[in-house]
Amino acid sequence: MSGHHPPVSDWATDFDHTDEVWAADPFPIWDELRETCPVAHSDRYGGVWLPTRHDDVSAIAYDTEHFTSRSIIVNEGRPLAEAPVGIAPPISSDPPFHRDARRLLLPAFSPKAIAPLEPFTRAYCHELLDALAGHHVIDAAAEYAQHIPVRVIAKMLGFPEADADQFRGFVQDVLEGVDLPPEERIENFGRLDAYLTAQVQDHVDHPRDDLTSYLLQADIDGQPLEPSHVGGTIALLLIAGIDTTWSAIGASLWHLATHPDDRARLVAEPELVPVAIEELLRAYAPVTMARLVIDDFDYEGCPMRKDDWVLLPFPAANRDPEAFDRADEVIIDRAENRHAAFGLGIHRCAGSNLARMELQVALSAWLEHFPDFSVDDVDRVRWSGGQVRGPRTLPLRIA
Amino acid sequence: MRLTVDPDKCQGHNRCYSLAPELFDVDDYGYAHEIGDGTVPAGFEERARLAAANCPEFAIAIHDDVQTDPAVQGAGE
Repeated sequence: MSGHHPPVSDWATDFDHTDEVWAADPFPIWDELRETCPVAHSDRYGGVWLPTRHDDVSAIAYDTEHFTSRSIIVNEGRPLAEAPVGIAPPISSDPPFHRDARRLLLPAFSPKAIAPLEPFTRAYCHELLDALAGHHVIDAAAEYAQHIPVRVIAKMLGFPEADADQFRGFVQDVLEGVDLPPEERIENFGRLDAYLTAQVQDHVDHPRDDLTSYLLQADIDGQPLEPSHVGGTIALLLIAGIDTTWSAIGASLWHLATHPDDRARLVAEPELVPVAIEELLRAYAPVTMARLVIDDFDYEGCPMRKDDWVLLPFPAANRDPEAFDRADEVIIDRAENRHAAFGLGIHRCAGSNLARMELQVALSAWLEHFPDFSVDDVDRVRWSGGQVRGPRTLPLRIA
Repeated sequence: MRLTVDPDKCQGHNRCYSLAPELFDVDDYGYAHEIGDGTVPAGFEERARLAAANCPEFAIAIHDDVQTDPAVQGAGE
């Protein structure tokens, strides 16, 4: 967050998802809006709508006739890239092109393709934790969570491990720099583009067994992908996989640090971790997506105009008491859990199997090393705002 | 008991496959389908019900017997 915007005066008519109050604790905001103004509107960002009920979030996610994914990160500008391909296919693509672009990617992220990455991920988590042994206070966000998805996606794409810090910079530019002037955003994207161009060229010159080489060799109906498609998809994998997973790992550790009973239970019953992560994903879903309105259109009495943004706060849908029993409580062994943390409809997070594997391995490994911990200094905990919410500073005291 | 996965609704969340790999399989793209004709072996009824209740897309229908309306069953929380 860059703090370019004035504070929010009223959440129903002037909301801003990058506001510090939202970043610190968005749940009361969503709960009140769900009761009083279930589809809120703000003039910020050139016009943006905010549904908070599960019904509305899912209806809009399913409606590709009135809403385009041409851009999915709310910002001051409007995308130059045209539908149906968009800037980073397939997340920015609409039907029918979306289907082909997505099917290209899905085999690399299917459960059976992800399973072989688990031993590598586990070994890396233990390596990080071994290095932290003996520390009394650990920033679980900066010193642990953020490293895991970076290392895994670098391995999948075949990018140098040493570039990890650069990846994090790109992610911050794209996802957190949303209230910067459009010229500055374009400059930031230019840096990412230059990096990717160099990496892609290296793979053109030296093909190898990784996702980048796979995309360079792939085709849709016999036509090789446009270089902009390959670059856009790689940018998507790099950006979308990193701070989302980092956020989910951090938020889960924050919950366990502040809920000793849940922590003790997972330490005693490690086999419960797969069920627990679904509940932690429901309660602390990191990702809010967005759409653009294709043409002027009345949605449930809301006069939406062409090129208005619509935020899709899956985390708010996950807290809707109409959709979930005791929605505001974390029930660590919740058995029935249709949460929407990975989205709904055709844009379901393509990396969800990878994210779940990383989250499960990261939590299990942490609990093996550090079964007892608490938040060291509540005032130093900082959550990111914008469309990916998770702890960015999380000092934990190790018992 | 029999179950079916609606291929038009399934988006590949893989909740069913991770909860009940005895009842569901996934294709190379990660989309799920019922194993065989979807007949739930004795003793797996609860798992089948759980898998259906965890599908974010309401794509799994449970058919308790021929009289049951699958749409109503599938939508039940």
